[in-house]
Amino acid sequence: MPGPQPVEKPELAVAAKAGAEPLIKAHSSEVPDRIFGFGMLACGLSVLALVCLIVYELITKSNLSWHAFGWKFFVQSEWDPVNEQFGALPFVYGTIVSSILALILAVPLAVGVGVFITEMCPRWLKGPLAFTTELLAAIPSVIYGLWAIFVLVPLLREYVQPFLARYLGWTGLFEGPPYGIGMLAAGIILAIMVVPIVSAITREVMTAVPQQQREAVLALGATRWEMIRTGVLRNARAGILGGVILGLGRALGETMAVTMVIGNRPEIARSLFAPGYTMASVIANEFTEATGDVYLSALVEVGLALFILTIIVNILAQILVWTVTRGTPARSHA
Amino acid sequence: MNSTHGSTVTVIPISLWRRTMNLVVTCAAAGSVILVLLPLGAIFGYLLYRGFGSINWAFLTQTPKPVGEPGGGMANAIAGSVYILLIASSMGVPVGIGAGIFLAEYGQNRLGNLIRFTADVLNGVPSIIVGIVAYGLVVLSQGHFSALAGGVALAIMMIPTITRTTEEMLLLVPNAVREAAYGLGVSRWRTTLSITLRTATSGVITGVMLAFARVAGETAPLLFTAFGNQYWNWKLNQPTAALSLQVFTYAISPFDEWHRQAWAGALILIVLIVFSVSAVRLAASRGMLKGAN
Amino acid sequence: MGVGIRVEKLNAWFGKTQALHEISMEAPANHATAVIGPSGCGKSTFVRCLNRMHETIPDARAAGQVLIGDLNVYNGTSAVQIRRRIGMVFQKPNPFPTMSIYDNVAAGLKLNGFRDHRRLDEIVERSLRFSALWDEVKDTLRKKSGASLSGGQQQRLCIARALAVEPEVLLMDEPCSALDPISTGKIEELIFQLKERFTIVIVTHNMQQASRVAEFTGFFLLGKLIEFDKTEKIFTNPSDKRTEDYVTGRFG
Repeated sequence: MPGPQPVEKPELAVAAKAGAEPLIKAHSSEVPDRIFGFGMLACGLSVLALVCLIVYELITKSNLSWHAFGWKFFVQSEWDPVNEQFGALPFVYGTIVSSILALILAVPLAVGVGVFITEMCPRWLKGPLAFTTELLAAIPSVIYGLWAIFVLVPLLREYVQPFLARYLGWTGLFEGPPYGIGMLAAGIILAIMVVPIVSAITREVMTAVPQQQREAVLALGATRWEMIRTGVLRNARAGILGGVILGLGRALGETMAVTMVIGNRPEIARSLFAPGYTMASVIANEFTEATGDVYLSALVEVGLALFILTIIVNILAQILVWTVTRGTPARSHA
Repeated sequence: MNSTHGSTVTVIPISLWRRTMNLVVTCAAAGSVILVLLPLGAIFGYLLYRGFGSINWAFLTQTPKPVGEPGGGMANAIAGSVYILLIASSMGVPVGIGAGIFLAEYGQNRLGNLIRFTADVLNGVPSIIVGIVAYGLVVLSQGHFSALAGGVALAIMMIPTITRTTEEMLLLVPNAVREAAYGLGVSRWRTTLSITLRTATSGVITGVMLAFARVAGETAPLLFTAFGNQYWNWKLNQPTAALSLQVFTYAISPFDEWHRQAWAGALILIVLIVFSVSAVRLAASRGMLKGAN
Repeated sequence: MGVGIRVEKLNAWFGKTQALHEISMEAPANHATAVIGPSGCGKSTFVRCLNRMHETIPDARAAGQVLIGDLNVYNGTSAVQIRRRIGMVFQKPNPFPTMSIYDNVAAGLKLNGFRDHRRLDEIVERSLRFSALWDEVKDTLRKKSGASLSGGQQQRLCIARALAVEPEVLLMDEPCSALDPISTGKIEELIFQLKERFTIVIVTHNMQQASRVAEFTGFFLLGKLIEFDKTEKIFTNPSDKRTEDYVTGRFG
């Protein structure tokens, strides 16, 4: 029988077999294994510790303000450091309005981009397009702000705001002097920043919809849009909603770009042209200049409120995204 | 099937309305892509247009001049950013990788799930809040703003990202590789480090670079931790300049000279970040996960 | 020289499900013993209990007596130390993907603290000769990665890796099931040679392989050892009807 080259029988170091020292020293690995296990556990627990630390710091440092103002802190609109009267309503208002405005602008665009890349895009274009939208996500907030101050704001001031005031001024949303900076600018720059997140999640959940769903609808004679609508979007609804809420979470906590264009005035106004103030911005602007313990504590209390708000929003979003993509990474395969 | 009198198959024509809707939606989707890419192009365009001309040797090697005087540079800010990032990495990377190892190798249980969930939550905490925490932890105890405080803030932001990507990469290593090591009588810790982690190395590095690129541009957490500095600083316990901070300060100032420099600084910042993000993507697409088959 | 393996009343569980019931058998030194049976009968589990690999699966445990030569596997000695004296070759070849051929073979020694580089070269060459791979890879030892070899070569590499640490027993869990017939033939040749120095336990679902390679065979069914005897007897004149049904192909 044709075989492989004959196996030679090299001498094993016969000495080794005759009871001489084994090649590998017999030492137990119990202790090092335990130590390693504990070390890794400690690292894992530190993640938990960090969150506890954050909560602890926020609660203790805001205590003073909480005791001074109680619940009224969030319903009063008087932010007067000089007289030590702190009401955070304008910030809450500003945060929510700017974020919702951002979502209104961003979500249709982001879903559109997601739909285009997943379902309509020629294959050679997919990679580059996906890459460029991800590039948007990599731009730091401060650079968005820089561009917003020197390019977006003049644009708004010279062209967009007068246009809006003339044709849509009757809604009451577009009145007052067109400064350029203000709620509208903040909403627009936030929208640009939120689009990559929502579109990335949209793409992820749409890709997760099995091909059979698409084929089933197409086989019934649907146009491509109808296929997308009933075969994909309907299945991916929850996930897309999750992506939207994730985008909301990002918008709520966004600091630098907003601070640079919102005008930083603690007022509540109906018009989108008016300057405003968000929770993150007031902290960014006034933290280092806060004189007095109550002032600082009030700012931290604003931070605590922001923290709770974003946590709730983010948890909601995670749950929604998980239901569609079954979140956790797959267990290792054999 | 085909009779001489024409086809016997009845075809239901798709109504004009449906075809129009299809076209409209396709155009709307394509339109949104263009609308989204416009600001991207505009931002990069302006950065190059306004910033490129101001980048010169002086800019890269000098510290800021006092208000009103032209010239000066952001050398200390660039160096400061690197310094703070190094401090952050020295804390964030080991802890992040360790937590990732824990989740992948020891974490298929309730505790692991809790940590996973918490890491995702931590990822969503606004960066300004992290700044407050680092302020309370480090600045208040030290008594002044410092590079260390800035590093701590950024480390807190790096950890959840690194943890999750490390876990993901380790789980991609096939169990057969671990079994091969156990079969040889290799202890668990040695297997995890020298075999499993070694096989997943490229993926883990990708994750670290991703986290790095993400925090490199952060400004908010540094506002009241590192705080900024007009001069060079290499001490751990003194305020330090950072590129993103400097861009912010200059951008909101009323001086044209500083605006010009803000654009230049922003250009440098974005180049560094885009460079690392692209390098990461290139590495990932080259199939650096050679261990995972 | 190899040592004999004696198993007494071995039981094994996956969580609450019992996978092995009171297995007792003896595999003589310097012979090959085959373990056969239909899918799911517990033969892989059995062999993995011999070197305590079974317990690496979460919630899995085993109890009983396993004596490998003078080594009592389930009595206090750490699993890691046991596995250093028993080599294992798996169903699907699993060389370490990021290591060169040389490093793969040397892995068992290096990772356990062996430092002598000159002897390492010797040992690597010897192990590769033993597994009939030396001539094919001797020029690219350090340049090619373990994963760049063909399936059959990878499996021989895994055998070399297992042999490098000089175990006394070699466990093989369906080593040829992922390989083509020519590679299978080469490995069966190998087993013939290896028998002289080691004791081999080989799991196989291929009855012809069992009869080619092993002197003794154990037939497993539903977690129990139905019959254990000389291979000849099992295949030509089995005592138990179930064995007969299996070897004649009525099921399995």
